[in-house]
Amino acid sequence: MPQLSHVKVDLLSCPTRRDSPLIDQVGVEERAARFCTRSIKKETKMSALKLAVSMLDVTTLEGADTVGKVSQMCQKALNPLPGDPSVGPAAAVCVYPRMVKTAARSVAGSVVKVAAVATQFPSGQMRLKERLAEVRYAVGEGADEIDMVISRGQFLQGEYRAIYDEIASCKEACGKAHLKVILETGELTTYDNVRFASDIAMAAGADFIKTSTGKVPIAATLPVTLVMLPAIEDFYEATGRMVGMKPAGGISNAKLALQYLVMVKEVLGPKWLTNEWFRFGASSLTNDLLMQIRKQETGRYQSGDYFTKD
Amino acid sequence: MSAHDFITGSYAPAPEGADHFSIKDRYDLFIGGKWVKASSYFQTTNPATNEVISEVGLAGKKEVNQAIKAARKAYDEVWSKLSGAERGKYLFRIARLLQERAREFAVTETMDGGKPIRESRDIDVPLAAAHFFYHAGWADKLEYAFPGKTPQPLGVVGQVIPWNFPLLMAAWKIAPALACGNTVVLKPAETTPLTALKLAELFQDAGLPAGVVNIVTGAGETGELLVNHPDVDKVAFTGSTGVGKAIQRSLAGSGKRFTLELGGKAANIIFEDAAINEAVEGIINGIFFNQGHVCCAGSRLFVQESIATPVIRKLQKRIGTLKVGDPLDKNTDIGAINSREQLSRIKALVAAGKEEGAEIWQPDGGLPRKGNWFKPTLFTGCAQSHRIVQEEIFGPVLAIQTFRTPQEALDKANNTPYGLSGGVWTDKGSKIFKMTTGLKAGVVWANTFNKFDPTSPFGGYKESGIGREGGLHGLAAYLA
Repeated sequence: MPQLSHVKVDLLSCPTRRDSPLIDQVGVEERAARFCTRSIKKETKMSALKLAVSMLDVTTLEGADTVGKVSQMCQKALNPLPGDPSVGPAAAVCVYPRMVKTAARSVAGSVVKVAAVATQFPSGQMRLKERLAEVRYAVGEGADEIDMVISRGQFLQGEYRAIYDEIASCKEACGKAHLKVILETGELTTYDNVRFASDIAMAAGADFIKTSTGKVPIAATLPVTLVMLPAIEDFYEATGRMVGMKPAGGISNAKLALQYLVMVKEVLGPKWLTNEWFRFGASSLTNDLLMQIRKQETGRYQSGDYFTKD
Repeated sequence: MSAHDFITGSYAPAPEGADHFSIKDRYDLFIGGKWVKASSYFQTTNPATNEVISEVGLAGKKEVNQAIKAARKAYDEVWSKLSGAERGKYLFRIARLLQERAREFAVTETMDGGKPIRESRDIDVPLAAAHFFYHAGWADKLEYAFPGKTPQPLGVVGQVIPWNFPLLMAAWKIAPALACGNTVVLKPAETTPLTALKLAELFQDAGLPAGVVNIVTGAGETGELLVNHPDVDKVAFTGSTGVGKAIQRSLAGSGKRFTLELGGKAANIIFEDAAINEAVEGIINGIFFNQGHVCCAGSRLFVQESIATPVIRKLQKRIGTLKVGDPLDKNTDIGAINSREQLSRIKALVAAGKEEGAEIWQPDGGLPRKGNWFKPTLFTGCAQSHRIVQEEIFGPVLAIQTFRTPQEALDKANNTPYGLSGGVWTDKGSKIFKMTTGLKAGVVWANTFNKFDPTSPFGGYKESGIGREGGLHGLAAYLA
């Protein structure tokens, strides 16, 4: 058992299933759909679009990532809409551990953070020892944030305590780096599992809970996020500690991004509407947000050629 | 920073436009397929502003007689002679025309009645169209609906509908009547006549034969004339229990068939093993849908004592995010109270609640200055003996009581003269069956609330009414 200096003593225990409220699938999906009927117009829309840009974790997670690709992407994160300093920068860039050094060099001196996926992303199917070593390596290379994956196999085997321990150990290995815990909700399958895994992750010290790796067919959805947000709310009410939320994967257009923000605003409130507490994990979302910002400004859609593709 | 900044501000206004169609300054009565002048007219107003929208004819004895005569003629000469398939064609046409003009009907409904455009757009109008579609399908299959019988229409039907779902109630009444081969004289409520009159325009566009549906506007006296007319074969009424009782008395011995859909005081029962966040959302929808102007509204909340504190805290938090205001704004959750009269009724009962010792809670924030408004309201510490627990408030007011055991919840829930609807919230299947079987209510929802579908019969026990509307049971009410 690692030393858990970051968690209050009363949170040291691993939650049990009975501690987590049950989730009604029909009710959650209905409520999520209702957020989509909110009509966000004019100045509200403009400020929400800009907010969304500032919450982006601009991501590349490919076997084919190179120094060139990553450093160009970092430029995009630093300066999403050249010539308009009111837009951006993004919150972070998110890369594999081998690319952390390149990314850190590219964004050095800016507010943009470097996030690294680790712990045998995306499957997590490796001994904890090596997974922790990966976390330490990424932090040593300069990562500000670690996006870990939980062992979904073990969770589905009912070894909840192991999930709690691996998250707590990762938090320990992170040192000063922030820990985002990827639940891979598409593999946990039920909303009850998602809620329980969220509660375990937060109790074990997660700074953020995150839906998905983006590497399995079902990634972030509005309903699954609506299961995780009240978990954050309940945890905050019980402990006074804020935990961040990061939906990732499948959020490819501005309209959907705004629906997420509406949900955060109405469930958690304005306190969570900063990139300290809410992030989008996305790659193609950036340019649609920028296109919509230009549309709000000029009343016209502009060609994709006017937006940089780094 | 702007007042509509996303993080700290409210959403910028997003009103649904009302400039793509027109509401006439004056509507006559729709009798025998034509617009017939009335001897006098009355005004209909927008409850969100109290501005006059239009004026409509006041049908007196002469006009009501004329309408019933037109309906009889249409029944004898045209409608009862048409095949079911032909009747079905008209109903399909009406349903499609309603869908085509959905936005116009939604905006009109919201202006005339005060309900949020989100509801009229997403619920009232689509559901009204669904009722026409559903019954269109039955028109040529009635013999299969009731095997071994040869179902026959009743004749002329007099229908009186309320102001809470004006278009939906019109569809709910007219569609089965026509599908079964009856003709109709309909009286909409005096505060919300416009969508029924627009529906008459749509009947003309659909080429519906003259006199098959007649619409006479007016207040209680017009309804009385219609219901008591000797040449009416069946009465269908939706409205208050008081008026329902009066109608039943006046119909005694007349031989007329009738269905009555009256008031309610539904119990929403939430157990400690419920999915609590979804239950809270369901309770909110159960009582604040349509400002609580819903006969089946979940106006009594029974919460298991062990979870009362978190449930009430979550309810308050959620109510804090409900937007009360301009009904035409697409982000509005709670619109205007339908009439000044209804507003004063709500206020009187809320005052009684305070006086009797229940504790009131309302969210911060103001209300628009013009128009009829009431804040979403919770009462805690309520008891069975309180008036706010016994009487139908028909407004956005929830009375909360606690219970210890399933049996206690059932006893208290059933301890009312009403019996229209109820709700049960638990993740445990066996408890759902036990509770739903024990609740003396016509409609019981489990882990949801206020769900309506044309295929599902709707109606009450005890003083909540007689007869069913919707589904096969609803068809049977229009056939001999």
